[in-house]
Amino acid sequence: MKEILVLVEHRRGEIRDVTFEMLSKGRELAGEMGAELTSALLGYDVGSFAEELSKWADRVLVVEDEKLKDFNAEAYQRVLATLLSKRQPALTLIAHSSFGTDLAPSLAAELGFPLATDCIDLRVEDGELIAVRQMYGGKVNAEVSFRQAPQRMVTVRQGAFPIEEGQRAGQIVAFPSPLTEEIDIKRFIEYVEAAPGEVDITQADIIVAVGRGIKEKENLSLIEELAEALGGVVACSRPIVDAGWLPSDRQVGQSGKTVKPKLYMAIGISGAFQHIIGMKGSDTIVAINKDPNAPIFHVADYGIVGDLFDVVPELIKRLKA
Amino acid sequence: MEIVVCVKRVPETAEAEVVIAEDGRSIEERDLVFDINEADNYALEEALLLKEKFGGSVTAVTVGPEKADDVLRMCLAKGADKAIRLTDERFKGSDAYVTALLLYRAIRDLDFDLILTGCMASDDGYTQVGVTLAELLDIPHAVYVKKLEIEGQVAKVHCELEGGLEEVMEVKLPALFTIQTGINEPRYASLLGIRKAMRKEIEVLNLDDLGLGEEEVGESGSKIELRRLFIPPVEKEAEILEGKPEEVSARLVEILKSEGVI
Repeated sequence: MKEILVLVEHRRGEIRDVTFEMLSKGRELAGEMGAELTSALLGYDVGSFAEELSKWADRVLVVEDEKLKDFNAEAYQRVLATLLSKRQPALTLIAHSSFGTDLAPSLAAELGFPLATDCIDLRVEDGELIAVRQMYGGKVNAEVSFRQAPQRMVTVRQGAFPIEEGQRAGQIVAFPSPLTEEIDIKRFIEYVEAAPGEVDITQADIIVAVGRGIKEKENLSLIEELAEALGGVVACSRPIVDAGWLPSDRQVGQSGKTVKPKLYMAIGISGAFQHIIGMKGSDTIVAINKDPNAPIFHVADYGIVGDLFDVVPELIKRLKA
Repeated sequence: MEIVVCVKRVPETAEAEVVIAEDGRSIEERDLVFDINEADNYALEEALLLKEKFGGSVTAVTVGPEKADDVLRMCLAKGADKAIRLTDERFKGSDAYVTALLLYRAIRDLDFDLILTGCMASDDGYTQVGVTLAELLDIPHAVYVKKLEIEGQVAKVHCELEGGLEEVMEVKLPALFTIQTGINEPRYASLLGIRKAMRKEIEVLNLDDLGLGEEEVGESGSKIELRRLFIPPVEKEAEILEGKPEEVSARLVEILKSEGVI
């Protein structure tokens, strides 16, 4: 029986959402391919996870090992190389997360599987698996297919697929850990939380976020003035933090904060998906950008195509009037 | 400390219009500006900082056309000691695995303690080549590195996870790390550096030099096939306010007030 396998991603006592997104899509694909859906759970003392996952898959393979207590791509690769060689699933889904990116390319290379990364869609066409992924910062989609191979692997973008409540009653099956010794070439030491800043942007009702379009650090004062006039706080996209112009606690996005304010103003932000994912839940989104094709306009409610240096001062004037 | 940095020449597309070419499988490059991939620039800077601290040398390697010499010269101008360009018509259409294979062939016989590369290329976004290369070289790796400290033969890395969380890992050298943007502040090349770079040699290797066959590279060697490119379907379109700055700003304030947002 053909098998689709989903690798469970969990961290600090919680199964991450992307796992359920992959299981939801996996179930759909399993139906299309006439396959069974299996989830692979690696960890230590993860029995409660297995119970939960059995509602989502036909089978939950559990690899219990103290050496799997904290995620370590080296350990995961050794286990999965054995597991995938044994099970030979037609398709393996791994999250395109930091963990997944650390693991999938080397695992696929070791096993000789074709790997398509950061997929935002997957479908079966004439018996063939087709994946869609993005290029050029999300401005272009690419449709890819896989060279004839009995086994394939994909990494799946976080948030790409909706979660559809699991209603199965899958079997929980123990899979013996093949790990024999401690892995010392790569060791997990600890997690480090971002230090809390002076402002918690996730609590703000109004956020004025700035991106590359602001061009120079000195121009931030314009954004600060706008935020003040609106009674909001200043946030930003990644490039502003990379440049050291604002502290990281102001960053909105996949590797920063997720915000849902009443009003989110995106000023000079193009709208790469890593940023969008952190703010698309906002009630009202307004974007100001020079480029009419900027992806931000596909998530905004209102948009102004223009030079922020012309528009923002006018906005400030109107608000202060 | 011998460091190899893998870099890529990519088009700047964050603020440029991207147009799909007639063949439907590439983009129009004519009006685009090319430069070093941003994350690779941070990787290069990290290598140069380590060289300043520990001594040794930095070698920049790229898979690209002759035009990629611009990027390599810039690496040399900033302080890299050597540059290697892998160029061949037959490399065209190579997927991420094949690209890593090409780099592997060029790098495997070099003496290295560390390989650094950007975490992701801004054109294809594969986020795959670095880790695949590490596997081929049989060395450990870590990704999205935001902080890198080296003591003897061990590296302590802070890897960026999601939501502001980081994890600290200890990795034995030789190792490969993919570098996240913001890890340091990339320097600019000095005029003196640029002049010196003109005299440094760029070694060029082709398919035969790498000892690979035509069927192992390019489209024929790739397991992932690109069928077509297309503009993402738009699910939602913002209501675009038209007019001069004074008009649109007045309109916007009106809308926000009427909706009770402000």
